Amino acid sequence: MTKDECKKLVLDIIADIAPDEDLSQVKPDVRLRDQLQLDSMDFLDIVMELRKRYGIEVPEADYMQLASLDSCAEYLTPKFNALAGKS
Amino acid sequence: MPLPRIVITGVGLAAPNGNNLSEFRANLLAGRAGIERVELRYIGQTLAGMCHFDALRYQKKKEVRVGTRAGSISIYCAREALADSGVNLESTPKDRVGIYIGTTEHGTVETENEIYNISKFNYDTKFWSHYHNPRTVANNPAGETSLHLGVTGPAYCIGAACAAGNLGLIHAAQMLRLGEVDLAIGGGVSESTQSFGIFAGFKSQGALASHTDPPKASRPFDKARNGIVVSEGGCLYILERLEDACARGAKIYAELAGYCVNSDATDYVLPNPVRQTECVRRAIAHAGLAPHDIHIVNTHATATPLGDIQECEALRAVFGDGCPNTRINNTKSYIGHAMGAAGALELAGNLPSFDDLVVHPTINVDDLDPACALPGLVLNRPEKAARVDYILNNSFGMLGINSALIVKRFLP
Repeated sequence: MTKDECKKLVLDIIADIAPDEDLSQVKPDVRLRDQLQLDSMDFLDIVMELRKRYGIEVPEADYMQLASLDSCAEYLTPKFNALAGKS
Repeated sequence: MPLPRIVITGVGLAAPNGNNLSEFRANLLAGRAGIERVELRYIGQTLAGMCHFDALRYQKKKEVRVGTRAGSISIYCAREALADSGVNLESTPKDRVGIYIGTTEHGTVETENEIYNISKFNYDTKFWSHYHNPRTVANNPAGETSLHLGVTGPAYCIGAACAAGNLGLIHAAQMLRLGEVDLAIGGGVSESTQSFGIFAGFKSQGALASHTDPPKASRPFDKARNGIVVSEGGCLYILERLEDACARGAKIYAELAGYCVNSDATDYVLPNPVRQTECVRRAIAHAGLAPHDIHIVNTHATATPLGDIQECEALRAVFGDGCPNTRINNTKSYIGHAMGAAGALELAGNLPSFDDLVVHPTINVDDLDPACALPGLVLNRPEKAARVDYILNNSFGMLGINSALIVKRFLP
């Protein structure tokens, strides 16, 4: 999994969580909350979908790693690859 | 000192056979039911009354996703009722608006869904939704409506089983009379068609209807009736004190004339005709009327073999003699049992009779059960009345709750 592929997966999740938003202009280096209407329950939704769809666990202490698409990719890509390596 | 007069100034509804009052009424007069085949988890194919209003008319996709179906129905009905009433909510003090929504149950749908969800993950509760609690609190539909409208006055639900639709209106009127609010959104909603448990419960009681032709499945008073068709739906009214309605030149549908709420204190599910008679008589007395003054009685009758007979016994005791101008109908034959919405929706179906003097029938009576014979029962075809000034709306629920609401033609 590349970081770009990881960003696409995260955007797919966000598309389900924020279905009214136009995601085509989302800047990867800007905080998601500053670009989209996402509240704390929405972020818990992102964590839940990562768990349900991919078996990825994000502990509470790491929630700030999901702040932007870039930080998501930095944090999640190794986790995806670790899981892929195990299976 | 007399209590403030309370009037209905707006109606918003979602019925299995109509997305607004005029569609609903047209289908009631044309004999068109709104029952269809549905597929439910664990139950398989069954019958239900499903609504087809556009949930995205007023809500964003995210609101629909995050909230409940009951919330969605409530928001649709509230927005429709407000638009119908001509109230400009933006220039209304929002802390003086109250939302009072009757429900039979709430939380069942969400809980069933979540248990099914985690069953796919070996029942590991870390997969349990963080939305579960706000979705299942009993005030959820009213709370979602207050959130959507920005209403900061009181917003809560009234649990009154299948009498809840009447209770929403009654409670709204009481709060207006107490001066707690100046504008009330009151009525009832149901999302019950998404709960397999409700269907299974009725089936286990031997009370769930079946029929090869869905629109014919709900058959109150007919010999071949075999139970309840569960439905979703909603009806919310705008209610105001008369002086406030007049001050803004509101159109007035009807005035509250009287009501009674009581309890059977007899059985979990079987109705008590003596207490039902008492409820109806007290509502009529509360309105300062006699039985022969009532022009339309909307019966609760859900098409259970026994329940229909008990209600007819109760009504015969009140209207059996000397009520030549009293007509009796039923709305569940068209829309099934809309649970928390039933009382409110069924009243709406009869309200236009004040204008057109036509009384809609109860349909699907091919062979009237003699035990359900009542003078004035309007069967299968509408009837024209010389006068319609008073409408009685009955709703009875499990654990023996009874409600009777009377509205009257508004005369200044």
